[in-house]
Amino acid sequence: MKYSGITLKKPKVGFFDFTGCEGCQLQITNKEENLKALFGLVEVVNFREISSERRDDYEIAFIDGCITTDSEVARLKKIREQAGILVAMGACACLGGVNNLRSRFPLPDVVKEVYDGHHVDTGPVRKVAEIVPVDIELPGCPISKHEFEWLVRHLVLGIEPQFPKYPVCVECKQRLNSCVLDMGMMCLGPVTRAGCNAVCPRNRLGCWGCRGPSEEANFESLMEILREKGFTEEHIAERVKFFNAFSGILNSDC
Amino acid sequence: MLFKTITKENFKKMVEGLLEENEVIGPRSRDQDLEGNKIYRFLKVNSFEELEMDYTRSYSSPKNYFLPFKEDFATYRLEDNNWEQEIRYTVHPRVIIGMRACDINALLKLDQVMLKSVYPNPYYFARRQNTLIIGLDHEPLEDCFCRSMNTDTAFHGFDLFLTDIGDKYFVAINSDTAYIIINQFDAREVTEEDQERFKTVKEQIKSKFKTQVDITILPELMDLEFESEVWKKWGDKCLSCGSCAMVCPTCYCYGIEEDTNLTFTKATKRRFLYSCNLLDFAAVAGGHNFRPEAHIRLKYRYYHQFRGFVEAFNQSLCVGCNRCGKACLAGISPKAVIDDLIKTEKNEY
Repeated sequence: MKYSGITLKKPKVGFFDFTGCEGCQLQITNKEENLKALFGLVEVVNFREISSERRDDYEIAFIDGCITTDSEVARLKKIREQAGILVAMGACACLGGVNNLRSRFPLPDVVKEVYDGHHVDTGPVRKVAEIVPVDIELPGCPISKHEFEWLVRHLVLGIEPQFPKYPVCVECKQRLNSCVLDMGMMCLGPVTRAGCNAVCPRNRLGCWGCRGPSEEANFESLMEILREKGFTEEHIAERVKFFNAFSGILNSDC
Repeated sequence: MLFKTITKENFKKMVEGLLEENEVIGPRSRDQDLEGNKIYRFLKVNSFEELEMDYTRSYSSPKNYFLPFKEDFATYRLEDNNWEQEIRYTVHPRVIIGMRACDINALLKLDQVMLKSVYPNPYYFARRQNTLIIGLDHEPLEDCFCRSMNTDTAFHGFDLFLTDIGDKYFVAINSDTAYIIINQFDAREVTEEDQERFKTVKEQIKSKFKTQVDITILPELMDLEFESEVWKKWGDKCLSCGSCAMVCPTCYCYGIEEDTNLTFTKATKRRFLYSCNLLDFAAVAGGHNFRPEAHIRLKYRYYHQFRGFVEAFNQSLCVGCNRCGKACLAGISPKAVIDDLIKTEKNEY
């Protein structure tokens, strides 16, 4: 593989699933017309969705899912030791994600409700960065294939990826969407990192913040706007807490 | 400029004729707001029936048909140690129907920057040349302040401009192309009755402006109020979301990005419209950000619109459509900000 006369090295990559639906890994395998080109750029040494090969000489590790068990903590630390670059991939790995919903309830109650009293080795929901240092966060629920391919190109060229710092509104306006807040729907687009091409508002669904906060997002202003529009504290809290993307910005009482 | 009239029936035939060979863009509604008002924007039209000539406000301006939000400047074929650049200015002929006087004036302002500057923009030129513009008069909405900005009428910058005088349109013709087209659809000479109806409609329009913004000393005022608390007041509300610049008919600031395909055999140099309200607008190589604070960024957007552009071109960049004010969730509008500045100057703030 050459780029402008320079021979590119194929980095060895591994994909590892933790607590989550593994949908982010599925996203990567979904875009069949690009698979050959994509896997021509890297050497996959560990990716259970596409290969039975299991090697541990990867240079880049992609982590999918949040961390909930002691065994996962140990496994993650081992991966971190091996990987030169560790990428947290998707809302669960980057934020805790949907799984974090259970953190609202006492853990024994959750286990009882779901597993009917069977012993389950599970602990609090944590994002990857709470356990080990993360080099790159690839956001989204699920991740976007387009953005994944863009990231891989950066990794192969050794260029630091620059994710959009601005919120979803920019892309939403560029697609000439109607503002769903004007239509009476709740939307976190004004404080959520862009890069998704406003796919939810495009389909008349307010943003749920799966990509995490935009940089220096003005939460206070959006909260004031949502309250003025008549959304209840419960409604706001439900939305804001959904992906665990905005923890620490709300009053503890909502 | 010549004047004629065309019946609405013949206008329909004309649009249907234009649809055969051109991409036609016009006001269409999609969705409704909470009060049940239709939300309009300029979209591709496939039949005359899809056109909504009675539209009120288009949520976004038709700017993006001249300055696309994303535009490829050049594509490259990469070979071993070589590369080949391809640049295309080709644009399919296009017709935009229903542009307001303010939007046409917005194009004239963009022309100053894109066509009449030291480095003309050939991409913009191609779109401008290949777009037939059919303007349309309207009664001002409650927040239109184009009259204050001197953009409520357009005398050039369009091919045809329509004023609804009942069963027909009073038409200003401003290009040879438009003259040839409209004459194929039985355009008539203006009668005395048409003139009277036209004058009445124009008087009605004039009488319905409600919002005024005093811009007489604005460039000086902005310098005097550079440190004003007003910027902080509105800046604290600003979401730094760039919506204002995206819907604005004149905001043209942009960035450049380069990307390759997955096999590194093709590359693209792309221009994307940006907004000076976005956090990293003034971030430079090395990481320094000249405008890290929202209220400073907001201030500079107003400076460009109402002061910088005046210095360069003797006119404001703003055309008074208030699309930014409507799109802003935080309620930041030129009227509100400028009124506050004037109040500060009078020590009433």
